[in-house]
Parts: sequence; structure tokens; C-alpha cells
Amino acid sequence: MLMVVRSCAAGDTVLLKEVPARMQTMLKQRSGLRAAQPGRRVVKVRAVAAPLKTSTSAPSSSKALVTPEVAKDLYYDMVLGREFEEMCAQMYYRGKMFGFVHLYSGQEAVSSGVIRLLRPDDHVVSTYRDHVHALSKGVSAREVMAELFGKKTGCCRGQGGSMHMFSSKHNVLGGYAFIGEGIPVGLGAAFQSKYRRDVLGDESADSVTCSFFGDGTCNVGQFYESLNMAALYKLPHIFVVENNLWAIGMSHLRATSRTSGDEHPYIYKKGPAFGMPGVLVDGMDVLKVRQVAQEAVERARRGEGPTLIEAETYRFRGHSLADPDELRSKDEKAKYLARDPIPQLKKYMLEHGLATEADIKALEDKVAEVVEDCVKFADESPKPERGQLLENVFADPRGFGIAEDGRYRYQQAGFSSGTAVVSPPIGFLWH
Amino acid sequence: MLASRNVRAAAGPRVAAAPGQRVILSARAGRRALTAAKAQKKEIMMWEALREAIDEEMERDPTVCVMGEDVGHYGGSYKCTYGLYKKYGDMRVLDTPICENGFMGMGVGAAMTGLRPIVEGMNMGFLLLAFNQISNNCGMLHYTSGGQFKVPMVIRGPGGVGRQLGAEHSQRLESYFQSIPGVQLVACSTVRNSKALLKAAIRSDNPIIFFEHVLLYNVKGEAGDADEVACLERAEVVREGTDVSIFTYSRMRYVVMQAVNDLVKKGYNPEVIDLISLKPFDMETIAKSVKKTRKAIIVEECMKTGGIGASLSAVINESLFNELDHEVIRLSSQDVPTAYAYELEAATIVQSSQVVEAVERVCGGRVPVAV
Repeated sequence: MLMVVRSCAAGDTVLLKEVPARMQTMLKQRSGLRAAQPGRRVVKVRAVAAPLKTSTSAPSSSKALVTPEVAKDLYYDMVLGREFEEMCAQMYYRGKMFGFVHLYSGQEAVSSGVIRLLRPDDHVVSTYRDHVHALSKGVSAREVMAELFGKKTGCCRGQGGSMHMFSSKHNVLGGYAFIGEGIPVGLGAAFQSKYRRDVLGDESADSVTCSFFGDGTCNVGQFYESLNMAALYKLPHIFVVENNLWAIGMSHLRATSRTSGDEHPYIYKKGPAFGMPGVLVDGMDVLKVRQVAQEAVERARRGEGPTLIEAETYRFRGHSLADPDELRSKDEKAKYLARDPIPQLKKYMLEHGLATEADIKALEDKVAEVVEDCVKFADESPKPERGQLLENVFADPRGFGIAEDGRYRYQQAGFSSGTAVVSPPIGFLWH
Repeated sequence: MLASRNVRAAAGPRVAAAPGQRVILSARAGRRALTAAKAQKKEIMMWEALREAIDEEMERDPTVCVMGEDVGHYGGSYKCTYGLYKKYGDMRVLDTPICENGFMGMGVGAAMTGLRPIVEGMNMGFLLLAFNQISNNCGMLHYTSGGQFKVPMVIRGPGGVGRQLGAEHSQRLESYFQSIPGVQLVACSTVRNSKALLKAAIRSDNPIIFFEHVLLYNVKGEAGDADEVACLERAEVVREGTDVSIFTYSRMRYVVMQAVNDLVKKGYNPEVIDLISLKPFDMETIAKSVKKTRKAIIVEECMKTGGIGASLSAVINESLFNELDHEVIRLSSQDVPTAYAYELEAATIVQSSQVVEAVERVCGGRVPVAV
């Protein structure tokens, strides 16, 4: 059931690890299946990743997959994501941020693995678990933290909050609370890229869009509508499923049906059903994610259309800071904690001579500095004024309409002090 | 009190939408102007006028594109995009699969990243499937992004009660959409205003939900030229009067004007205002009219409960209470799914006889005009 894509090409067969007994029990309990038979099973994998020349268990003398610069960038990005999210937890319990906050801890390899190889003009769309996607794309920690604190210096002026991170500068198109509703928006950005090339004649237009969402989203209708349209129109759009096995308290095994003949509900298999490649990748290994993403991005830029990537990953914390997280077994959590992407990359860098202990410490110190600074910035930032209330309801404020005196409502004195009433305030005396 | 037979053009000191944009005349222009115009212009049907609007705007601005079911090769279920795919290609007039929520969202994403999509609902009712995207993304994204992204989309399509189309094809979605913050709702009613308003909607940076009516596509009239762009926030004075203000929109305008024929014979002088902008309301025109006549009747095709009339009635009561001599009358559709049978369908919506009755009730008796 849990696969690690080591080295494979399309059509290769891959051996599964033996399914441990504990997992069998969980399968039986959660999904009503008969316990999977112990022993090895063979499954065909359709992957597009080019065959790896080396595996991660090779001796350090073998060639590294990435340059030192890239490795350090990935490491920094993952540590930033982790420390930022952990700080969010602290700040939440100290009453600095409110509402629904969904932390990404544990899933950093997917965000860093995919987003760090995107260009500034590429777009990213996410769900409510979007802080780290925004950070990976380049939105400053200051702006994200200030947004979480509800301050006017936040990336969305305090109007979006945790679940709605947007950045026009870094092409982060949100941040959506309803899972699935962001994917078509991502398609729209990809459509725009293709339109610029095919209709407006800009031959350099080859930007791509990556939409990130979870296993739960893969049962939402808009996911299927989007798969269909992306393949149909050959849009430069990459679907990145961060399968962390849980949608709040709903296990992926209980929520999603299995393709006939399969023992496990695979999401990546839905790609070929719509006419695009589907790839399953170890989402706890940033280098593997990056490899798979690289190929998908290059395909998209060449105009060959979309890809569906299923990254097997895990969130170390509950669904949100309000989730007691009682349903997931300790064993499961321990197993994934052991696969924490950050120590994995650190080990890889040291083994392959991509960084020294000192380099790594320097990166970690930098992150600590950035995180401390962003909290200070957010804390000291001013709150939004009342006058901000109506400013962004319409791009064109004529949308508020024409008032009795014939002027547009937005032209009236006091409008921007946040009054949206059509009728006069209580107590006002007419002639 | 005899009704005045001379109807003046309702042009007046209107606030233009922007410098350089022309003001549109009301449907009842002066006779001289009409004859002169007729000499130059031919009469076309509303679907042609809408098509002209889309064609002209697509030619003017290469980022304008159309998305929807059967808008391309089929030419649109009401022909509003007839032949445009041949001129602009399959990508600019995009035939979508049947997935309203999906392609509405795709339109939002395209709008956020620099295009100006016109998304068509084959029937407005189908847009119920796109409610998620229209409410959360179309309406709210400019706000939740702190003003970073605008959504310059037009969502258009035919709604309203047709001829025995059954409950689901006879819906009036303006009442469902009106609470969505961040969108404007516009309802066209004549050939002239449909073209001018659609052009304005396409050029607007706000998301506009543009309501057409299934039974008005073959209405004939003159359309303005390529420069005639209406003001999206202005109501239209259809007929000036003194006795009562009748507020209406879309097809009910014709029902009201039919009633007006009878009312005039009976000696009444009603003022008829076509709201055009269902959200926001044009308070200047509305207030001016109510202050003049001191009586208001709303004639709409929405359901009684939660309709546009409900909002308008509340607004009139709140801001013009002391200007009224009579409570605001609302003539709306019954809170009933539109039946298939002709008689039941007719009983669901407002008929002109009801409008006549309402005016008589509100205004009291009159001396009928000598025949």
C-alpha cells in the first residue's frame, strides 16, 4: 500500500514493502476490507520520472541529484516552513491569531520540492493549508505572519487570514477555504498562459500553474471537472495531490473507493483515466518530489498538457489547531515522523558533500532569525482602520451605486469610514 | 386629472459613467429623434444586439473571450455568439464541457490573471451549479486578496419564466445572487439597453451578473453604435408620470407597459422606471420618482420571498418613508415552482391586469379619458 518510488520508468513493476500486521488491522477496521495478505505484492506503476541513476542508499561517492545551491535552498525553505508553522501554533495558543489555522508541518517536501523550481511568473493555487506554499513561492514571512495576526500589513491587508493567502507579486492565487474551489481557478491561470501564447501571439508565454490540494479534495466534483478540462484543452496545469491520508477525521481509505482490482484507493490513477500522466511519489523525500515535478513542469511548458502528481505525505499535527487528532494511531504518526523530510535532506547533503554541518547550522540560524523577526513585525504592525472596510469590495467603486443626491456613493464624504448603510442611521431626523 | 399624452425623452442631467461615454436615451425617445434614427438604423433583435456587443468588444480588446456550453460551434443556444468562433477561433469562443462550477472557476482564474472572460450560463438556472464559484470567488476574491486581484468577468445568460419550460428552466436567479458582496446585477430589457449595457459590463472591472430573459431575445428595436456604452448603475425612466411610480425590470417592463396602455385610457398617469441595475439600486432615480408620485409599486418576476422587490421595498421604506402616501406594493411571482401547465404558469407570474388593479387600488378612482 505505501509505496516508495525509487527508480522506475513508465510501465516498470515495483515491489511493495511488506504490509505490516498493524497496517492490516487498520485496513480491516477502517475500510471493512479483509486483511491484506502478508507477503509481497507486485503492482504496475505508471510514472513519468526518468530512471534514477542512483538510489538514496548509495554510498556518498555517487553523484548527487542536485547542486549544493539547490540543496541549500530546499533545506532552507523546508526549515522555514517548519519553523514558521510551529511558531503559528505558539502564537495561536497565545491568542495572537484566531479562527481556523491549518498547519503544514510534515509536508514541507512537497511545497519545497515543487514550488522552488517554479519561475516567478508561474502561478500557485492552494487550499486552506497554504502558509508554506506562500512562503515557498516567495511571499515574505513578515507579510504572512502579519496576515495571520490580522494586521493591515498582511499580504491581504488582514482581510484574508490564514486560509486566503494571496500575492499578486509572487503569483499566489490563494488560499481557499472550500477545498476544490481553487483548482478551477488554477486552470484559469493556465488557460491565460496558453491564451497569451496561442491567441495573443506571445511565443515566450509558457508559464505553468500548480494547484495543491489533499486527498479529501479528490472526491469533490470540481476536481474531476478540472481534470477533464485540463486534459481537453492541454492546459499547462499541474495537479499536486498532497495525500496525507486524512481529511480531518476521515481516513482516505474510508472516503475513497478503489479502482476495480486494487487494494488501495490510488489517486494518481485518475490521471490516465482523463488522459494525462499520473505519478505517485514519496512526498516525504524532497528530491524525489522535485524530480517528478521537474518533469511535469517541463511537459507543461512544452505544451504537452497537465500532469497529476500524488505525493504520499503526512501532517504531523492535527487537521487544524482546533483538531484533537484522536483518530490517527500513534504508530502511524511515529512511522511518518521517522520519515521527516528535513533530517532526510540534511543527511543527504552531508553524505554527498553538498553542505557542511556549519552551513546547515547557518541556514537554521537564518530561519530562526527570520521567524523571530516576522513575529515582531506582525506584533508591532497596526490593525486595519475602520475606513478600510469597504475599500476592496469592488475594483471599481461605482459598484456601490448612485446615492439619492446623484453622486456615486463612494464619492460621498465619510464613505470610506466604513458605512455601508443604504438607509440613514437610526436617530437621523428627516426634514 | 387627465393623462398627459406627450411623452418627453427622458434624457436629462444624467451622470455619465465616465468622461466620454454617451448617455443612453430611454426607450420612448422623442418622435423626431426616432424618425431620424430609424432612417439610419435598422431594427434588429435582442440576440443580434447582444451578439454585436460581444463582437465589438472582442474586436476592441483581445483579452475579451467567451466561455460556455455550446457558445462556439453551435453559436449559443440563443444565438448570442453565432458565428463568432469562425472569426475569433476556438480558444476565444470556448466550448466548455458541462461543468458549470468548473468553468466558472476557470473564468475567475483567467480574469484574475489578465483576461476578461464572458461566461455564459446556457440557462441562468444552471448557474446554481456554479454558486460556489460565483459567491466565493467571483464576488469575494477582490476583497479577500486585499485588492490584489480583480475579477473583470461578465456572467450572462437567459433566465426568467418562458413558455411552459417547467420549474427548473424558469428560474429567477437575481434574488439568489443579490446578497453576494462584490458583484453587480444588471438586467437588460430592450435591444438598445441590452447592447449598451453588455458593452459596459464587459469593460467594467467588477464582476457583473448580466440577466437576459428567455422571451426577450426576439424583441426588435434599434441598437446603438460601437461607442454607445451605458451606465451600469443607472435606472431607466421608461415613462414619466405623476400618479404612481412603478419599478420593474426585464420582461415585466413589457407587462407593465401593456398595463399602462389600459391605465392611460382609464385616466391614470403612471411613471415607469426600469431598474436596470438590480444591485446596486439607482437611489437618485428611485428617490426622485417616489418624491414626485408618493406611491410605489414594484412589479417583478422574482418570487415574493427574498426577491429584488423585497430589497427595494425595504430600502424605499427606510429612506423614503415620509415621502410615501401608501405602503409599497409588491407584485411578484408566487412562491411556487413554475408549473408546466399553461394556466398554472400564468397564475404564477404577474399579469398586466394585476398591475392595473394595483394602480387603481393605490391611486383611487379616476375619470376615464373620453374615447
